[in-house]
Amino acid sequence: MIGIALHLAAGCIAVALVLNLWRLLRGPALGDRILALDTMVINAIALIVLIGMIGGTDSYFEAALLLAMVGFVSTIAYCKFILRGDIVE
Amino acid sequence: MSVLADLVIVALLMLGGGFALIGSWGLVRLPSTMERLHGPTKATTLGLGALLLASVVHFQARLGIWTAHELLISLFLFITAPISANMIAKVHLHRTRAGADGEHDGIAGRPPCPGGDADWATFEAPKRGTPASTASD
Repeated sequence: MIGIALHLAAGCIAVALVLNLWRLLRGPALGDRILALDTMVINAIALIVLIGMIGGTDSYFEAALLLAMVGFVSTIAYCKFILRGDIVE
Repeated sequence: MSVLADLVIVALLMLGGGFALIGSWGLVRLPSTMERLHGPTKATTLGLGALLLASVVHFQARLGIWTAHELLISLFLFITAPISANMIAKVHLHRTRAGADGEHDGIAGRPPCPGGDADWATFEAPKRGTPASTASD
């Protein structure tokens, strides 16, 4: 039962990633593209966690934690660059 | 006990996958950028929180390993998601004001201006004597 649920959830995340990719390519505004990238990072974290659960090891979570931090920092850096033309003032 | 844990894990997994899918579906379907912000920042974050909770229960109940990394990840995400949403909204407001995007308004129309001759705080220069001000005196 858990195996089916795990693979179903992974399928949901995969479809969500495709939808995000569509919005990333389509735009139209720049904010949409930043938002789509941010959501793709969150979905990638979900995929890593699901792979860790399917494999039964907890050694993937450091990667997920690092991805969460780097994804947030990159979103903020991109927004700051668009807003101010500079990242560190 | 094991059946109960299995049910909890399956319910959390379905909740998480469903909310992540709904968030991305909202990102595709909603009509304007400010409305599209709602889907990922709320639904997807909640879905990932449910998935991480499922992972905690799964490792504890099935393998007997107590892991708390996931709680760290979900705490970090719940703190940072509103901040990135705020920054993306600011980027969108400034680019719309500069005419860079040519954005049409959503269902609700433009956000109303604050009263008087004031403008939205994100458009104004920081006032002197506040922590945001970098003026010299």
